[in-house]
Amino acid sequence: MRKIEIVQDILEANESIAARNQQLLDKHKVFAINIMSSPGAGKTSLILQTIAKLRDKLRAGVIEGDVASTLDAEKVKDEATAVVQITTRNMPENCTLIATMIDRALKRLPLEDIDLLLIENVGNLICPSEFILGEHKRIVISSLPEGDDKPIKYPMIFADADAVIINKLDLLPYVDFDISAFRRSVKGLNSNAAIFEVCCKSGTGIEEWCSWLLCQKEEIAKRWS
Amino acid sequence: MHELGITESIVNIVLDKAKEAQASKITEINLVVGELSGFVPDCIQFYFDILSKDTIAQKAYLHFESVPAQLRCRNCTTIFHPQDALWVCPKCQGSSLEITGGRELYVKSMEVE
Repeated sequence: MRKIEIVQDILEANESIAARNQQLLDKHKVFAINIMSSPGAGKTSLILQTIAKLRDKLRAGVIEGDVASTLDAEKVKDEATAVVQITTRNMPENCTLIATMIDRALKRLPLEDIDLLLIENVGNLICPSEFILGEHKRIVISSLPEGDDKPIKYPMIFADADAVIINKLDLLPYVDFDISAFRRSVKGLNSNAAIFEVCCKSGTGIEEWCSWLLCQKEEIAKRWS
Repeated sequence: MHELGITESIVNIVLDKAKEAQASKITEINLVVGELSGFVPDCIQFYFDILSKDTIAQKAYLHFESVPAQLRCRNCTTIFHPQDALWVCPKCQGSSLEITGGRELYVKSMEVE
């Protein structure tokens, strides 16, 4: 009997594929964001609003991750330059997208024809926080009906977010959601996160979010030149 | 729910290392799982029993070492273990915190024959 020291990160396989994905995106000058939230918080609505707002500036591609169905891909297909649906139901990881799924999806996307890749993760606040995909920025959406305690209950996903979007602002008169308490919780976990208050239904706040997104893209684009 | 892929990675790592070491049997695997990582040891064990079948890792004992969550207050630099879901510094009540421990997930070592 002998002991072998290993000390090898178990997520290393995912992380090396994610790094390769990002190299491919950089090569084609595609800026990618990973959009995460619980089911129904407004990922697809945010994608549609973002594509519409930036239509004159950026050509958008979308990767839709869902456990089942192509409903979301149907919703965005007329707006985006290209859409790939990933259905995770029969995959080992069905609760989140992982880097190998993106690797395969990127092969089906016309990368030379898009500038912005919006990756809609599976609706879940736990599992996606463990897996990077190769994205340049990580975005988390929380909507008012979910309550203002989500950063406290699911800290990890907020701790790594580059931006946190508070959606469904139009419901503020009807739900008990303390926006300043929510902001304090997010900043406590992650003082660098940008926070936006939006209503995807009416378009409130979308301008500010899109300006931020464009600035982030310009930052990343510096390394492409 | 995502432990299957993780367990596949674990099995791949230990089988590779055992081959390098020309071992004929893996008897024990020591895993380090942080309190804040979203992985459930019972699920890893369940998948491990299936995935290690007919390999030299079959029936290896999985030992899980848990690493507690550790936070550092950016305001007063106090390092503490959060007692509940509300993360605030016990010394200055500050809420600007940095995660300094508890996200680990790695294969530490193994015993082979």
